Amino acid sequence: MMKLKEAGMKYIFMLAACISIAAVVFICLFLFGSGIPAMLKIGVGDFLSGTRWKPLNELFGILPMIAGSIYVTAGAIVIGVPIGILTAIFMARFCPAKLHKLLKPAIDLMAGIPSVVYGFFGLVVLVPMVRNLFGGSGKSILTASIMLGIMILPTIISTAEASLRAVPDSYYEGALALGATHERSVFTILVPAAKSGITSGIILGVGRAIGETMAVVMVAGNQAVMPGSLLDGVRTLTANIVLEMGYAADLHREALFATAVVLFVFILIINVSFSLLRKEKSK
Amino acid sequence: MKNRHLSSTLLRTLVWLAAGITAAVMLCLVAYILIKGIPNLKPSLFSFQYTSENASMMPAIINTLIVVGLTLLAAVPLGVFSAIYLTEYSKRGSRLVTIVRMTAETLSGIPSIVYGLFGYLVFNVTLGMGYSLLAGIFTLTIMVLPTIMRTTEEALKAVPDMYREGSFGLGAGRLRTVFRIILPAAAPGILSGVILAIGRMVGETAALIFTAGTVTGVAKGLLSSGRTLSVHMYALLNEGLYMDEAYATAVMLLILVAGLNALSGLAAKRFENNT
Repeated sequence: MMKLKEAGMKYIFMLAACISIAAVVFICLFLFGSGIPAMLKIGVGDFLSGTRWKPLNELFGILPMIAGSIYVTAGAIVIGVPIGILTAIFMARFCPAKLHKLLKPAIDLMAGIPSVVYGFFGLVVLVPMVRNLFGGSGKSILTASIMLGIMILPTIISTAEASLRAVPDSYYEGALALGATHERSVFTILVPAAKSGITSGIILGVGRAIGETMAVVMVAGNQAVMPGSLLDGVRTLTANIVLEMGYAADLHREALFATAVVLFVFILIINVSFSLLRKEKSK
Repeated sequence: MKNRHLSSTLLRTLVWLAAGITAAVMLCLVAYILIKGIPNLKPSLFSFQYTSENASMMPAIINTLIVVGLTLLAAVPLGVFSAIYLTEYSKRGSRLVTIVRMTAETLSGIPSIVYGLFGYLVFNVTLGMGYSLLAGIFTLTIMVLPTIMRTTEEALKAVPDMYREGSFGLGAGRLRTVFRIILPAAAPGILSGVILAIGRMVGETAALIFTAGTVTGVAKGLLSSGRTLSVHMYALLNEGLYMDEAYATAVMLLILVAGLNALSGLAAKRFENNT
């Protein structure tokens, strides 16, 4: 009886573990299954490199959205990465213990704030700010970049801080003993030693930025045209889905699934580079 | 020599500046929402009946509680059991474990809008549930599974091997050891992860908007649609008529998330003291 229970539970645990495999398989099946036929119907080339998205005229080109996603993500990296890494360095090696006790929960909270709340903040604070400073409607690539730059901060900070703390103290002490200042030891010894961890933080941040939906929809303007400048409105892949899914039908709806496929492929590329990096690190 | 000190000073300034910016942004965000939102927290917002006049968030809060509770009911056993298999049963480097880890990592990187579409395709369309709480619950279950799995795995790994050896030594089987010794020791760590997952569910919008839908009242049953608090806030913003109510909802969400984070931190601390 006991033995039966042992063996039975083992298989139940194993079955539970297999759920994530099943989930990934099903997500791929359903997403590709509804997206790829649409892509073929529209024509893969027309779909990926078409610059006009006019569902009413059966024109489904998502290049503006691909460009939009890439632009705002790049903007988020430009804004979020330097601040994030420097803050992580601060938290790991410069911060007084008392301040750390305050700052750490604040950053955890920042990671937990829902994206609608970020979007709302962007809408009522960032959009008017950009409008007053640079003119235009205020809903632009720049605004979305700032928004996403803020949103990826906690991801980058937590990952980078953890990897900086994982570097053995002897590295730092050795540098000090050779006469380097505190700052020099940190920047020339600790940071390079934690490089792979910091990079994975950045990759995670990029994943979050490119997949972010609700916050971006509220501040990016959402025009489905190729943007000409930083102050032009832009529509991302995620925004394209969430804006039109509510009323789309037939080929239009399938084109939105195809948009999700493109987004999914982006995310897969990011995931693969993340795990490759991890592997390299464990070597 | 002087030059070197100059660069050190510069670096120090930069580091402090960056931390200052992070802290300032954080402070601005929280302060702005609290200052603008708290005066808007009117009693009418907590009326059990949603009307277009009061834009009450109470039904959304109730829906959120239902969704979170039922999602936990499904996701916690699945996540904890998976983690038990990975840490306690599987052989090191077994192929299945590698694949499970890989897929769990993939799942945690998928954006919520993709989960939303997937849930819509599978539960709403293929299984014919329509816009319903149940469809939202299933979608969220898959979404938070990797979080619960990963944190449980870490908690289980942190339980010293001594515990296992002691239990085996006294003649307990593997199953008994897991449920009587390891899980109790790891419980606060698991709890901390579960609370984080709750935070993620509370804040989720994109995965729910096309699965659970946006109906304003309390859901009549698991098969009818209802909006959670975050979806409610998004809908308010979209309609553009209820800015004051949106501020108040933002305050509620902020308080909820801050409370959950604090709880999770407490549990984590307790776990550190335990092991």
